[in-house]
Amino acid sequence: MSAFRKSGRGMVDASKPVNFTFDGKAYQGLQGDTLASALLANGVHLTGRSFKYHRPRGIVGAGSEEPNALVAFDRGEGRVTPNVRATTLEIFDGLKAESQNRWPNLKTDIGGFNNIFSMFFPAGFYNKTFKWPASFWDKVYEPFIRNMAGLGPAPKSSDPDVYASVYGHCDVLIVGAGPAGIAAAVAAAKKDQRVILVDEQAEPGGGLLSAQNVEIDGMAAQDWLTKSLTTLRKADNVTVMLRSTAIGYYHDNFVAVNERLTDHIPSVEPGRSREKLHRIRAGKVILAQGGIERPLVFNGNDRPGVMLASAAQTYLGQYGVAVGNEVVVFTSHDSAYQAAFELADANISIAAIVDIRDKISGDLQQAVEARAIDLILGSSVSKTSGKLRINGCEVYTASSGKKQSFQCDALLMSGGWTPSLHLWSHSKGGIKWDADLAAYVPEQANENAVCVGACNGNFGIEAALNAGTKAGGGRKKFKVKEPEFGSGVVLDHLPNYIDSSKQKAFVDFQNDVTEKDIKLAVREGFKSIEHVKRYTTNGMATDQGKTSNLNALEIASKAVGKPIEKVGLTTFRPPYTPTTFGALAGYRDGELFDPTRKTAIDPWAEAQGAVFEPVGIWRRAWYFPKDGEDMHAAVARECKATRDSLGIFDASTLGKIEVVGPDATKFMNLMYSNSWTTLKPGRCRYGLMLREDGYIYDDGVVARMAEDRYHVTTTSGGAPRVYRHMEDYLQTEFQHLDVWLTSTTEQWAVIAINGPNARKLIEPFVEGIDLSKDAFPHMAVREGKICGVPTRLFRVSFTGELGFEINIPSHYGRTVWETLFEAGQSYEICPYGTETMHVLRAEKGFIIVGQDTDGTVTPHDAGMGWAVAKKKKDFVGMRSLKRSDLIADGRKHLIGLLTDDPNVVLEEGAQIVADPNQPIPMDMLGHVTSSYWSESLGRSVAMALVKDGFNRMDETLHVPMPGTTHKAKVVKPVFYDPKGERLNVV
Amino acid sequence: MFEIHCPYCDEKRPEIEFAYAGEAHIVRPNAQDQGEMSDADWSQYMFIRDNVRGEHCERWWHQHGCNMFFNAVRHTVTDKFVMTYKMGKSRPTAKQIADAKK
Repeated sequence: MSAFRKSGRGMVDASKPVNFTFDGKAYQGLQGDTLASALLANGVHLTGRSFKYHRPRGIVGAGSEEPNALVAFDRGEGRVTPNVRATTLEIFDGLKAESQNRWPNLKTDIGGFNNIFSMFFPAGFYNKTFKWPASFWDKVYEPFIRNMAGLGPAPKSSDPDVYASVYGHCDVLIVGAGPAGIAAAVAAAKKDQRVILVDEQAEPGGGLLSAQNVEIDGMAAQDWLTKSLTTLRKADNVTVMLRSTAIGYYHDNFVAVNERLTDHIPSVEPGRSREKLHRIRAGKVILAQGGIERPLVFNGNDRPGVMLASAAQTYLGQYGVAVGNEVVVFTSHDSAYQAAFELADANISIAAIVDIRDKISGDLQQAVEARAIDLILGSSVSKTSGKLRINGCEVYTASSGKKQSFQCDALLMSGGWTPSLHLWSHSKGGIKWDADLAAYVPEQANENAVCVGACNGNFGIEAALNAGTKAGGGRKKFKVKEPEFGSGVVLDHLPNYIDSSKQKAFVDFQNDVTEKDIKLAVREGFKSIEHVKRYTTNGMATDQGKTSNLNALEIASKAVGKPIEKVGLTTFRPPYTPTTFGALAGYRDGELFDPTRKTAIDPWAEAQGAVFEPVGIWRRAWYFPKDGEDMHAAVARECKATRDSLGIFDASTLGKIEVVGPDATKFMNLMYSNSWTTLKPGRCRYGLMLREDGYIYDDGVVARMAEDRYHVTTTSGGAPRVYRHMEDYLQTEFQHLDVWLTSTTEQWAVIAINGPNARKLIEPFVEGIDLSKDAFPHMAVREGKICGVPTRLFRVSFTGELGFEINIPSHYGRTVWETLFEAGQSYEICPYGTETMHVLRAEKGFIIVGQDTDGTVTPHDAGMGWAVAKKKKDFVGMRSLKRSDLIADGRKHLIGLLTDDPNVVLEEGAQIVADPNQPIPMDMLGHVTSSYWSESLGRSVAMALVKDGFNRMDETLHVPMPGTTHKAKVVKPVFYDPKGERLNVV
Repeated sequence: MFEIHCPYCDEKRPEIEFAYAGEAHIVRPNAQDQGEMSDADWSQYMFIRDNVRGEHCERWWHQHGCNMFFNAVRHTVTDKFVMTYKMGKSRPTAKQIADAKK
């Protein structure tokens, strides 16, 4: 038995020793221990170094509110979790944990020099210090700050674990399985409600687990707990979830609950989920989160061995662990007396109870006297001593000036209680100041939710049970024999004879924020509590200010000179406790992180060794390298083969929308800037779509299949937004039109055949369509069959060559592709990818919306004024095109650029200037939008948006690029076959 | 995450099925009015939106459901939906909004 274990107490199993290591040293605990309770049982309080000053720190609390005892939990390669609270980490055989923020080890820490120089690290230190000179920002300051920042080891490899997620539904969700939560669950279960009860701990019961001398309806508290849990387990309308933390409360009673499934198990079979995130939609939410004890802010309050009084009570009652042999209790609240009594009754010596109040109740006084405990009223602890653990403290009585010293190995503090408002705050519930409690309590609910028990400011087990029952829909009234909860006072500053500049009184342990820092922030002009919080970083650590917020508020409100209820509380934000990214990602990991959309022909391209690129969420063949070609060589070959003979391209990703109905033409006339009235069935037209603001939104070839039917194509990435844009107008502004829209992108596979031999290739496979030049001219569409499969056959060209786009039902896509590819061997058919497609279209000056336009380009800017109908009465974007800004001189125009050195390929995005010798900042005229090596022309070509570009033809402009500035001449953006003669090969 | 009542499906559905679509009741001027509108008036229609603190009429799209656009009244402080209604219905009166809250 360890030195500090009290046999026969608590819920731990004395017959089941558990071996674990902390910082490489072997220890033994018991089944049921947390790392914190097991270390305390071994007399270990020192568990870490603080964030900023590297001060030695020990265990403060006993639950998820713990600010200090953060450890790295090591489950092997790739499985180190930093900043795990030792107070919630269940031990098992072989557990490995390491302390953090220390080097070379916890007892001798080099970083401790920060503590010696702490007078140089006040609030806002980083903002004030790392400012000038600017040349130091990236070379000196950033490496220094990065080195200092962060707690614990960051993972070095990707997380090998699996995480699950699931949706949950219930009538009543209860957060917290303490007395209030359990009573609520029992009551709601009786009402045939579907109930989910969640608790972050391994054992349900909350405060009942360590309650001493409490009787509920004549039963010992633990017996009542057992009985109630049995009732709940038997009820099939109740789910009790343990090790499950409600991390966030979102709109309409949607609560995220993270369940930890395996962290407490020594060996886990591969593939088993480590955590499971439940997204629960509840009819009603009952919050029974309890309260958190407040530390006292006094000089030396962060020394290992100084802890919350209630934590000592929990360690004794739930784990059978004495936190020390010689204990001083320092309090401003009655509740700490109970802790003192329970420890005293377990034969732990209480050296003194120090109370800042001058008077306490007669009952308490008697109970103290009965145990012969030294009681010092009207006094406070003025300093503590001990290097790595407290070994004594000095008590100062302000009224007499008397100082007394006590030896101790633990100091318990209590500054009263704070109702836990975290989830209530997530739900945007209102709060009000309760002067008696000196705390904020819930007020107006914003959801169908209620707080019960301590988190509602109703402390005590009887109050919790009755409030829980009522919230669960029951009427039962409990009778509980329990120590009185009592009352307390809150001071913004504890009396001390030591000059405040020489004190180390911590408010936020985890972020090393002291009383002085908060007062300094107010002196420096930060009056809003939100600003004080951010300037001092109080409450911004991984514990979200669970123990520090109210103390900080008290100090700040006095410093600002405003009543605390006027200062307000900072907002709590999810998650309630630190949550793994794995839990949030769930199954959306690796291949499932972002789904990849593939065409029917994609597997063929993959088998051919294509290199792919992402286009939106599509993956498209980028180029098809042969015999170790690089991209440049492959693209040059693909371009040449297509222009010389025959290329085949998978264009299935083109967006497609079927526009059908008696008013289809009227609708098209409104949605596109072109006119559709004159387009005959069987013919195609390039369509330009504008937004209402007059800028180019999308483009694509549109085929009129029949009087009342259009086959619209859109850009690959634009399909969803074009569809939405059309639906929006049809359903709202153009409701009078009888038109139906259907997205058909996935229905059609599209094979583009380009090159002088295109017609010769497909002719033998086509049925029912006369392919001759006159019968099937450029920009025509026909329906028939190809390879025996129904097709919509377009004669169109995005390359400038004779071209066909073969639309076939998707599931025939690969068969038709393979048939044509096979037949194409006699023409040396060349499969090409998106890069070659881009080069070929750029040689022709065809734009890519989103590359050559950027949402601020009008049709006229792009040199496409011809695509804007002059006679239409109305279309989307028409009025905006007449806005003065859009017709003003000096707009950027899309032009071609030819570099003086034909071998130079400009960088896309490069800036363009008129005079490279102009002093900086130069006037930038625009930028390069598209730029490629053109194998057909034996030189580079580029397109660019340039201010006043149309009026700069033949002008030489300058393009600064890394190393040198290139000269380029402004030309029309059609580089290849400007007359379009190649479309007409026979 | 909200539960949103789609007035066409007449059902509450989770927010992931919906997409926000901007302020409601901004009517596109007809062709003739467009011709007569000054740049300033057109800009008012095109670009200027209310930024109310309180009940806001806004459009939502049941994108992954029935595909319909509809209108909603939502409170910009609490984020709460007060009511939803079909496209084409006029802006709810103060009384209708008050009734919907009951």
